Amino acid sequence: MEFGRPDTLYDVRTHYCPGCGHGIIHRLVAEVIDELGVREKAIGTAPVGCAVLLYDYFNCDIIECAHGRPPAVATGIKRTLPDRIVFTYQGDGDLAAIGTNETIHAANRGENITIIFINNAIYGMTGGQMAPTTLLGQRSTTTQDGRGNNQEGPPLKVCELLSNLDGVTYLERVAVSTPKDVMKAKKAIRKAFENQIAGRGFSLVEVLSMCPTAWRQTPTQAVDFVNDRMKNVFPLGVFKDKDEQ
Amino acid sequence: MSSKPKKVLLKGNEIMAEAAIQAGCRFFAGYPITPQNEVPEYMSKRMPQVGGTFVQAESELAAINMLFGASAAGARCMTSSSSPGISLKQEGISYIAAGELPCVIANVQRGGPGLGNIRASQADYFQAVKGGGHGDYRLIVLAPSTLPELYELTMNAFDYADFYRNPAMILSDGILGQMAEPVELAPYEPILKLPEKDYVLDGCAGREPRVMKTLHLFPAMSLMDHNIHLREKYARISSELKLVERIKTDDAELVIAAYGITARVARGAVELARQKGMKVGLIRPITLWPFPDEVFKELAESTDKFLVVEMSNGQFIEDVKLATECKKPVEFLGTGGGWYPTAENIFEKVQAIYDRPSDTRTVERLEVV
Repeated sequence: MEFGRPDTLYDVRTHYCPGCGHGIIHRLVAEVIDELGVREKAIGTAPVGCAVLLYDYFNCDIIECAHGRPPAVATGIKRTLPDRIVFTYQGDGDLAAIGTNETIHAANRGENITIIFINNAIYGMTGGQMAPTTLLGQRSTTTQDGRGNNQEGPPLKVCELLSNLDGVTYLERVAVSTPKDVMKAKKAIRKAFENQIAGRGFSLVEVLSMCPTAWRQTPTQAVDFVNDRMKNVFPLGVFKDKDEQ
Repeated sequence: MSSKPKKVLLKGNEIMAEAAIQAGCRFFAGYPITPQNEVPEYMSKRMPQVGGTFVQAESELAAINMLFGASAAGARCMTSSSSPGISLKQEGISYIAAGELPCVIANVQRGGPGLGNIRASQADYFQAVKGGGHGDYRLIVLAPSTLPELYELTMNAFDYADFYRNPAMILSDGILGQMAEPVELAPYEPILKLPEKDYVLDGCAGREPRVMKTLHLFPAMSLMDHNIHLREKYARISSELKLVERIKTDDAELVIAAYGITARVARGAVELARQKGMKVGLIRPITLWPFPDEVFKELAESTDKFLVVEMSNGQFIEDVKLATECKKPVEFLGTGGGWYPTAENIFEKVQAIYDRPSDTRTVERLEVV
């Protein structure tokens, strides 16, 4: 087997910082779309956040959404074109703060869509403010003494929250901080797309990812932060799988 | 086989929903709010019958964003709400206008500001015709005055939206929405030659991928180019689509200006005045944007004064003054918060001002020395 660039990614340089997880996750999503042969049926949504420019990287139809609204936009597309493959790619602020309502209700309706949820515990594009998933004690530009000292509350755990909803088909939390995690992440993303193709309903894969720039860390420190800190708060694993029930 | 169109007695909200179904609307998302609830209720029953989609959204915000997706995917789509809910939709409306996607938004206006009340109102005029959301954009705003017209204009709204690739708004109100009136359900006929939808995101099979976006970062001035493009489109709409009805204005010494349900009531006042030999007419814009300013300008030459009647503290009156360039006095009758005019109310006001010499109410001008 020849190792090359997936057809679903354009041959361009991305704007992502060194050590950022978006590049890895873009590639995993693109590989899965290639392998399932659905590039020409795929419609993705671009979020507000660092991945807003993903239409410059993904070689398929893309709609850029208002902050937090991709699950609603995806609902409109999927209900109109039920045989197309509709996926959203969203960050933690998008999916778990401003768009929590859209996330919960698309999940509970069991919309037959695939959500790739990037949890890097920070607002990257706007310069490192507290995200809903920022860890307790973690510093950000709006929690300069660490989260939790000013009634910010603990981090929001999206997979745990959504696992209570009967409408949800598949939830898994993965990471891209070790090669083994990357392989597992791809398997989960593949399953989330396969579910949609088979008409099984709502699938969400949460990916713990690195943001060295906004964390004020080196790329290797950022990998350690995911492995040593984030995985403790956000345990990896399958939170819901209707196939297994 | 040709048969006479079916005549039905339905509420305005139901007439509007049926018009959308007839026009080929196949996606509706909405959220409950009085006095527009009959729209989603009717759609929830009708959409499945015609193979369309009805979604009761989790919020107005979600509903308008569902339209963003459905329209990008090629569906004729609609949402409806009432004033506070329309405020919530403004985010999505700005994006849809920026992305130049067609859709129809109905505002069955109620009293405001805030939660207001559930009586009919015309206090969302500014929001509808001046913008509402962020950035420079325009909606095509249609103001029906009767239920047959509501039926026709709703169907036309889909054509205008598709033709110009622009969101269109039906500016209804709690009276039009809740009243019932016989309407002939004439079959839908497109009133414009509609362009092919070459922007639809339906998967890139056999073509290059398409992107629907409203962010314009690169090159540096691309957003300015987009704004200029929009401005040119709005100028084109403005030159092509101005609808207005004039009633007995040819010899009128006083012209009542009103739109929507208020114009319907004002017709009665015109009749009362004419019975008394008073030369009173009515001008009724059907498109509130684009505003039929030329007709107002013409009338400002031939009539002595205007009387604006609206169910608000005075919003539409600003466009009347602009269009007439304040050449003639513009009197006002109206208030917000649940006041409805009667033909008699309006006639009383007409009587009070009809014989008042025009020059007793001079137009204020700032003289620059």
